[in-house]
Amino acid sequence: MNAQKQLLESGEVARVIGWKKGDFCFDPSPASFETVEELKDFVYDYFCGANLSKYLIQMSKKEGKTAVFLKPCDTYSFNQLVKEHRINRENVYVIAIECLAKLDIEKIKANNVSFVTGVEVVDKEVKVTSIDGEITLNKPDVVLTKCATCNKTHQVKDEEIILHERPIKDVNRFEEVEKLEAMTEEERFAFWREQLSKCIRCNACRNVCPACSCVKCVFDNPASSISAKANDDKFEEQLFHIIRAFHVAGRCTDCGECSRVCPQNIPLHLLNRKFIKDIDGMYGEYQAGETSDGKTPLTSYTEGDVEPKDVFNGEAK
Amino acid sequence: MLKIAKERLNELYARINQTMGLFIPVKKAGEVNYAVWKEGKEVSLETLKTVKSPKNMFFPQTENMMKFKTEGKNLEVIDVRRDYAEEGKLFVLFGVKACDYKAIDVLDKVFLAEPIDTYYKARRDASVIVTLACSKPEESCFCGVFGIDATAPQGDVTTWLDESYLYWQANTEKGENLTKLVADLFENGGDAEVRAQRQTTSEILQKLPYANLDLSVFKPENLNELFEDSAWEEMSEACLGCGTCTFVCPTCQCFDIRDFKTNEGVLRYRCWDSCMYSDFTLMAHGNSRTTQMQRFRQRFMHKLVYYPSQNDGLYSCVGCGRCVNKCPQKLNIVKVIKTLGGKKND
Repeated sequence: MNAQKQLLESGEVARVIGWKKGDFCFDPSPASFETVEELKDFVYDYFCGANLSKYLIQMSKKEGKTAVFLKPCDTYSFNQLVKEHRINRENVYVIAIECLAKLDIEKIKANNVSFVTGVEVVDKEVKVTSIDGEITLNKPDVVLTKCATCNKTHQVKDEEIILHERPIKDVNRFEEVEKLEAMTEEERFAFWREQLSKCIRCNACRNVCPACSCVKCVFDNPASSISAKANDDKFEEQLFHIIRAFHVAGRCTDCGECSRVCPQNIPLHLLNRKFIKDIDGMYGEYQAGETSDGKTPLTSYTEGDVEPKDVFNGEAK
Repeated sequence: MLKIAKERLNELYARINQTMGLFIPVKKAGEVNYAVWKEGKEVSLETLKTVKSPKNMFFPQTENMMKFKTEGKNLEVIDVRRDYAEEGKLFVLFGVKACDYKAIDVLDKVFLAEPIDTYYKARRDASVIVTLACSKPEESCFCGVFGIDATAPQGDVTTWLDESYLYWQANTEKGENLTKLVADLFENGGDAEVRAQRQTTSEILQKLPYANLDLSVFKPENLNELFEDSAWEEMSEACLGCGTCTFVCPTCQCFDIRDFKTNEGVLRYRCWDSCMYSDFTLMAHGNSRTTQMQRFRQRFMHKLVYYPSQNDGLYSCVGCGRCVNKCPQKLNIVKVIKTLGGKKND
């Protein structure tokens, strides 16, 4: 893989956004590389789960082109940001890279492993070495939650790097949503209260979210009168995340970054998926970010649109 | 040394809870955090790192400070402070690891220095701290770099946990008093087991990848040089500006004071602030730090240079490694130390 090197050497791009190796085998960070020399620390492996598309809001405004590595799921966020005129498309060179599902170090360590020295993937197995020896885990059990039900394919490729062919999985990404729908209202309320009560209001979900691209979030704005830095039980448990899910409805591509970054592992993606499922049911199947243009179900009126009263009465599909 | 069988720990918690509040690592919706103990809660002493540190037992994430009531031209200030110790409302903070215990020292130097923070002091005075030695440190741990011994934390009582027993040793008068309350649940013994565990754990601690971080450049006389280092730009580039690192940190102590209009008047509260946030230290004239790089730099300069320069060289990092584990983009203080700390860290 040396597309990034050629692009920098030829001067076609001024910088490359990718991942930089960390201290361990499982902690690469997003990084930008401006010289071939800097690329010595470039890495792409099973722990490069971060979605780099949101960085382009800033990077694409810089002088010179920016090349970016995007996994299949990241390309949907990219398209959506282009559609919303947040990314300067002409200033970006997309390197489409294969994914094969990323690993979650917390899920690996939950198998009573406390001092990891190495992680190796062989087909469907993950071999983890620690000071207690080696254990083999089933890969599907330790992938990032966002990867477990992903069937996305590349939507943007200025240049494509295929490492492996990607098998289409037989998965239903709405399975967890259906479980929540099957609950009684009281059970569902109790489920979300317990989950959301863990929130520490760090705003990682909001800040990482490619759909949350407001220049100044209303909750950060002291002049908005609803600026909310304080972590308040009622607000966190019942409002903040739900308001946020409403705000990104129809634009959320289901990239799953919100759940990946949550320090308390709140399954925030399930709120967004519920909206995606409802939109599919009420307006016909729609995948945000599949294209960077075209109409969207929540912002364009058609005569066959579902009536609000049917939604409230539970009669909409 | 005293010991109690692991199966009987619930009796111990219940006994403490008869007369005192008990805060202990509890699992809720899959995550372990300090919470009020009640019968039936899932206690997890084995968890090496609670998501939030125990600092919020003394310095809660949000706290009411006072209320104002207006009637005509009169303004009444209502004091909501309480003196828990005076009221006899003591609480036990159980299972505090060595790093988190040291972090309380760091907080004390801020909140108990003149002018004393009476809200914080009331909770500190009312607390009895039972620490727990680590037996399975992980790769992100580096408390040893700050001179902390994870195998023998201090506190009012120190405990050690193995497969079968919890071992108990009182260190202070408060600790002795607590021991009297629960003594009949314990039996004597455990010195050899504790010695053996400490030995094994010490060997693991020495092998930790961050065990030999070199902090020698982080001293007050290098302040300007460190501040001006060109590496900050690159180090902070991927920072999301979220508050995860600051809110899971056991030593971060910044707070914001805000007023909230209620039906009865005004409620003044404080809440944790984060130097990563865009409105951090926002003043009427504007903001002194306008870029994420400046805010990012503030956090690490504070931990490694500013705080020690005002506190006899004490760093305000204790090497708990929570930021190492929890930063969404895997940026952290160790990467900063390695980047700025020179060749010895390669």
